[in-house]
Amino acid sequence: MPHILELTGIAKEYYGNRVLKGVDLAVGEGEIVCLVGENGAGKSTLMNILFGMPVVHSTGGFSGSVKIGGKSVEIDSPFKAMACGVGMVHQEFMLLPGFTVSENIKLNRELTRPTALSRAVGGLDEAAGRRLERLDHAAMDADARAALARVGLEVSEDTTVGTLPVGHKQFIEIAREVDRKNARLLVFDEPSAVLTESEAERLLETMRALASDGIGILFITHRLDEVMAVADRIVVLRDGERVAELKKSEASVQRIAELMVGRKIEKRELPPRSFEVSDKEMALDLQDLKVEMPGEPVTGVSFTVRRGEIFGIGGLAGYGKLGVANGVAGIYPSGGRVLKDGEDLPLNDPAGALRRRVAFLSEDRRGVGLLLDESIELNIGLTSLQVQGKFLQSWLPGLSLLDRGNLRGHAREMIEWLDIRCVGPDQPVRRLSGGNQQKVCIAKAITLDPDLLFVSEPTRGVDVGAKQRILDELVALNRERRMTIVVTSSELAELRSVCDRIAIVARGKVSRVLAPDAPDVDFGLAMAG
Amino acid sequence: MRERVLSLYEKWVVKHVAEIGIPRLLIGCFVAALLCVAYLYDMNLSLLLSDSLVRVGRNGILVLALLPAVQGGLGLNFGLPVGVAAGLVGLLVPMNLDVGGWKCFLVATALAAIFGWLAGLAYGWLLNRVKGQEMMVGTYVGFSAVSGMCIFWLLAPFHNRKLIWPIGGIGLRTTLPCTSGMSHILDNLGKLELGQLAIPTGLLLYFLLLCGLVALFFRTRTGLAIRAAGENPLYAKACGISEDRTRLQAAALSTMLAAIGIVAFSSSYGFVQLYQAPLMVAFPAVAALLIGGGSVSRASVSHVVIGTLLFQTLLTIALPVANKVVTGDISEVARVIVANGMILYALTRGPR
Repeated sequence: MPHILELTGIAKEYYGNRVLKGVDLAVGEGEIVCLVGENGAGKSTLMNILFGMPVVHSTGGFSGSVKIGGKSVEIDSPFKAMACGVGMVHQEFMLLPGFTVSENIKLNRELTRPTALSRAVGGLDEAAGRRLERLDHAAMDADARAALARVGLEVSEDTTVGTLPVGHKQFIEIAREVDRKNARLLVFDEPSAVLTESEAERLLETMRALASDGIGILFITHRLDEVMAVADRIVVLRDGERVAELKKSEASVQRIAELMVGRKIEKRELPPRSFEVSDKEMALDLQDLKVEMPGEPVTGVSFTVRRGEIFGIGGLAGYGKLGVANGVAGIYPSGGRVLKDGEDLPLNDPAGALRRRVAFLSEDRRGVGLLLDESIELNIGLTSLQVQGKFLQSWLPGLSLLDRGNLRGHAREMIEWLDIRCVGPDQPVRRLSGGNQQKVCIAKAITLDPDLLFVSEPTRGVDVGAKQRILDELVALNRERRMTIVVTSSELAELRSVCDRIAIVARGKVSRVLAPDAPDVDFGLAMAG
Repeated sequence: MRERVLSLYEKWVVKHVAEIGIPRLLIGCFVAALLCVAYLYDMNLSLLLSDSLVRVGRNGILVLALLPAVQGGLGLNFGLPVGVAAGLVGLLVPMNLDVGGWKCFLVATALAAIFGWLAGLAYGWLLNRVKGQEMMVGTYVGFSAVSGMCIFWLLAPFHNRKLIWPIGGIGLRTTLPCTSGMSHILDNLGKLELGQLAIPTGLLLYFLLLCGLVALFFRTRTGLAIRAAGENPLYAKACGISEDRTRLQAAALSTMLAAIGIVAFSSSYGFVQLYQAPLMVAFPAVAALLIGGGSVSRASVSHVVIGTLLFQTLLTIALPVANKVVTGDISEVARVIVANGMILYALTRGPR
């Protein structure tokens, strides 16, 4: 079987961080290859390289070679990739909502017919003449119908795309790629994430049908059952390396899960607790919590957190793990029931949660967590000032002003305690590094003096050195101040190093609650849902 | 030696230019140059300076009125005429009753504040429905308010013969003189005369007093909440601050200050101008704030003070100088170019 695509020794660095360490990948004609790996394993970077995305070239390019159809090619822009017959079905739709189905499918490849004007101008300048030709709607519609038939979607080709359900849009994306006459390789980047089960089923059928026409397919997904259903070969990426390549006959869901997660966990001794965590005292009890967070929907999560515990929430991106903390903190609309210390916590009420001493450090530090143009001190103190009336000095009855001296003193203490690297407490936080910004967020939370702290993605965008410090500080808060902490993180290893128990959320529900030293297979399976 | 000069240049010039900002520096130099030209043409500098000080005091509060809106995330409040209309109603009530002097000024200010606050709440309610387009909508709300008020001035139940058209018995005249003792009441309070240079102490102190109060307000819990919500609505939400509420407060405060500002303006000017007069009131105010270094999303009291000083001085001095240097009256044209050019400059830079 001739190879359509051959990637050899692909390596890529982002600012000194090696995200791909010599990856080989080949896709044959009519073959379905599944690419699996955790978030951050390097899948997206590999695809960016294959499509010649500008981000790759603006950060120093990559090393290794790309061969398409046996010929070495240098793909330096997405147009080049398309010209080589590589198509991509995006996770987010790249469709024009106001255009019809057939216009979307034929976008930029419109079929045209000459007109009197185009002929006249064409005599002088052929290219200009072609631009003046008329759209041949009949031919375009016929092509669109053929493409739609190939992907098995039954919609009229003159429907406006904006009015169609999400699942249909996904198929139109595929139809657009299929319609291209030179299509040889199609990349599906988590296409089933937005599909219902029956639609996903049809997607797999479509993929098989396309493969039998000789198109090579590279399928990126987190759903391992889908992998088992369609893959001819499975390539597992982990930490930028190709850790395994399995034939379908040698693969099993368990084996893939283990390979995806498996890594040496540096076992660290955590400091002992001076108090006991028991099943009798519950700090938090979630009962069927539902959260409408875009991109991270939670469809019904229930678990309990013991007082004084560090509880982890893990899972794959888009499966709802981030929604849990956002829902409890009242940032996104939520339903269900949340009990804190046995009493109902008001939902959809951020101030109410804060008053009940529940603090939340958002995963979106710069967007939600900080006022980037304000000083470090104001960032640390403002939430406490608003919610608890701290750092206010009464001047007249009914007139209280910000007590700058008090706030500055407190900020200085925090800067010293957390070792925030800055010029002074009045420096705007925009100028701090990611790690130091995160520490300002932690200082903000400590200032609120919570007894239940939600931390989301505490080490995202933080350099390696600061990562460990931030985790250590969370552990210190737990041990010294007896704070109950719920950590949400995409990095399983990080959760396993600090948590007492870890809930894995998949497709909006808790799939399992595991001990940090549970076998890799269990984690892998739980993550795939 | 050369290196030392260069390092000094780096240390002082570059740093300070960055701090002051190039637009402010240019305008500052322009004002200084105008002063020199005025001196060379043997014009009366004391008179020019007295004039600009009065204008600073008169217009300052209207510039200050923009501040709460910028802080609250509403952008530049082009809806200032809403507040001005409310303030004029407040001013006409005591005038209709023939009240004069301090009593008139204080009653008018109090009524203006109340009417301004109420009008501001309505205006804020509207702005909460058009998030992201406050400036565009505000401009048209301002224009409509002025036109709407034209009808009001004609039909309002004011019966004082000094205020209404002599024929017909109803409808206010376009320009009304302030009641006795009310005109220049602030200017004359503690007025200093150094030769021909007159300093309207009371007027300037009143402006600075309001600046101080606004600065203090933004250190209260409510003020800080408005600031936080203006800068980052999501942060505010996570803090439990209701963004809609702070925006309402910001709009109300801005409109109230505009109402108080027009009372001070009218009293200092000596005349109350109705009908189409407030139509463009927001534009010079916005230009002054921008010249002062403010932007669509960030401004401070110091921007207000510096901007008013630069802009008003520029106008008062540029006009006579321009008339002297160039034959024909280009002063009005120059004023419009400076004001609108400045707004255009700031808006094209956009929010960071």
